[in-house]
Amino acid sequence: MSGVIKMYRIVEKRELAKGVDEFVIEAPEIARRAKPGQFVIVRVVARGERIPLTVADADPESGTITLMVQRVGKSTYHLSCFEEGNSIRDLVGPLGKPTEIKKWGHVVAVGGGLGLAPIHHICKGIKEAGNRLTVIMGFRSKDLIFWEDRMKIIADRLIITTNDGSYGKKGLVTDALKEVIEEDEVNAVICAGPVPMMKAVAELTRPYGIYTVASLNPIMVDGTGMCGACRVTVGGEVKFACVDGPEFDAHKVDFDELMNRLRMFKEQESLAMRRFQEKHCGCSRRE
Amino acid sequence: MGKREIRKERVPVPEREPSVRIRDFKEVKLGYSPQLAVEEAKRCLQCPHSPCVDACPVSVPIPQFIKLIAEGKFVEAARKIKEENIMPSVCGRVCPQEIQCEGACVVGKVGEPVAIGALEAFAGDHEASMGYEKFEVKEKSGKRVAIVGSGPAGISCAADLLRYGHEVVIFEALHEPGGVLIYGIPEFRLPNETVKRELEFLKEMGAEIRLNFVVGKTATIYELLEEFDAVFISSGAGLPYLLDIEGLNLNGVYSANEFLTRVNLMRAYRFPEYDTPVFTGKRLAVIGGGNTAMDVARTALRLPDTEEVYVVYRRSEKEMPARVEEVRHAKEEGVIFKTLTSPVRFVGENGWITGIECIKMELSEPDESGRGRPVPIPGSEFILEVDSVVIAIGQGPNPVVVDGVKEIKRGKKGEIIVDPETLMTDLPGVFAGGDAIRGGSTVIVAMGDGRRAAKSIHKYLTQGL
Repeated sequence: MSGVIKMYRIVEKRELAKGVDEFVIEAPEIARRAKPGQFVIVRVVARGERIPLTVADADPESGTITLMVQRVGKSTYHLSCFEEGNSIRDLVGPLGKPTEIKKWGHVVAVGGGLGLAPIHHICKGIKEAGNRLTVIMGFRSKDLIFWEDRMKIIADRLIITTNDGSYGKKGLVTDALKEVIEEDEVNAVICAGPVPMMKAVAELTRPYGIYTVASLNPIMVDGTGMCGACRVTVGGEVKFACVDGPEFDAHKVDFDELMNRLRMFKEQESLAMRRFQEKHCGCSRRE
Repeated sequence: MGKREIRKERVPVPEREPSVRIRDFKEVKLGYSPQLAVEEAKRCLQCPHSPCVDACPVSVPIPQFIKLIAEGKFVEAARKIKEENIMPSVCGRVCPQEIQCEGACVVGKVGEPVAIGALEAFAGDHEASMGYEKFEVKEKSGKRVAIVGSGPAGISCAADLLRYGHEVVIFEALHEPGGVLIYGIPEFRLPNETVKRELEFLKEMGAEIRLNFVVGKTATIYELLEEFDAVFISSGAGLPYLLDIEGLNLNGVYSANEFLTRVNLMRAYRFPEYDTPVFTGKRLAVIGGGNTAMDVARTALRLPDTEEVYVVYRRSEKEMPARVEEVRHAKEEGVIFKTLTSPVRFVGENGWITGIECIKMELSEPDESGRGRPVPIPGSEFILEVDSVVIAIGQGPNPVVVDGVKEIKRGKKGEIIVDPETLMTDLPGVFAGGDAIRGGSTVIVAMGDGRRAAKSIHKYLTQGL
């Protein structure tokens, strides 16, 4: 802790797939403590907003954390302009509760798109706890696939689905999950990804009575329980995803409400995006 | 000295016209000019028993600093204040003087009390414009103290500890220091530049401020104790109270913390120049009657989309906890007060709030707070149409800092339990103060705690338990 000058320098950056970047960032204090399921709040530039990003990996030895960033709005596009050697303005964490990992037996982890960030870190924990692990990764098409190699190392069984069938199994992650549940004993399911996907996973496992956890991704500002922007309804109670979560019993989460709340600043978000594309930061990336 | 005639009316503090000021976030009060300050300072009777000082939570030497202003010694006046209060420019602006120093002022018994707050702000601002005095560093003690949170309690504790010769590191969770002074109190009441200036002074004194560091997450209290000789927890009241009513999670419903943080800390009022947005629509209602509710209402009025801003409060105006001056400013600026009105549920369409079902209230016999207890009038329900709502009904201490620290006990509202004399928790070497031990209180009470804690910490570090 002492004498460390925190610069949040980017030591590695690579494009994982179209629109998704991986950043390895110097943040020794966070790397030392970050556990599976936790996230950080990032502020890219001085006038930037605070956005939550899951810690996809943490290496206490090198003092770095790995973030996965999908270009969806102004802040994430702006971050994608940053290269190795650049520093991001602010980085704070690790925030949220770590995943509650037990020795369940056979665990199926389901990740859709960027949901792989939490899933990757959680899966490492699940394996360390001695579970058998099946991972289902879902993408729209082949060119969006990433981290197949990294997941292969961790998972006992890896299933990849694409909506268009251009790689792996054709279909949705829920199709693959249903098959696994029907042919094998499943003791727990952990999912992360787009809200409709998590909702579908929860609906699928509910009749089987399989314990299912979802890692939620609501809008946040401070990330420390101060503002309540991230409130979600879980089992009829109001919870703050930043401090009570971000993981909750998926069978109790009001996903429709979460989906609605994610739309709260849609208009402003597209305005900021348009403005950014017009002015731009000056880097070479244009899309 | 012969008897002299005292002017009953105070010299008014120049303020910007409501019609002009509601178009921006610049400070409402313009403050005294040197000439006006001298004139007002001359109204002070220099009472030898000085009840104003007794009424001040940090015992600022009020008659003395006012005398210096009257003599035109403005910088000296500021330094006199700073012997007891490191932030005259802040406290002069945000303290509830009417129930503290000015409430006790002897001149106030025959006319308007001396404008102590405005004079304090004047002295602080004047000194800052002249450049601060170089702080004299005492011999270093070699002891290190960690302060959790850079708000008023943390700042005042840090200043005193530095004076005692200890090393101070302040840990701040957000990306800017200042705590509630930055994220909570709006710029038109307390400019961020004023807060920054006072923090610069603290840094010049030798304080180190580490931003983006959440104690309880980035490091635990136990880890801090390994590296520091003592810890002071001044993490404030960062846990918003919400209403347990239908529609709470509709889009357009904010906590006061979220709304103010977006606008103040994140500068959403300058969106899209700044990235953080805030949505208000044309009609915004704030629920609550405290200073935070007034801050929200007046902030909302200054945002481009709002046409009407309501304050919904369940008691009458007389019972409002907000400062009289804040209510006056809000009214001058056009905030509409819906008193004796309580929200029943939030009504929405397509996931967005469209109105508040309210019920009219009447006051019955006083409750434990001494104020009339509001009772709903059956059948008086009505819908107040709004596009957004901000809930400003108070906040409690944020539990993150001491989460998992079993030695530190917490009360019913999550407030950290301390020895009332020393402000030490049950974990030796760990002290706490400000809103973290009180829930929502005031800047000056927090600063008073900071000073008291500094004294105990100094004793703890030099003499042991």
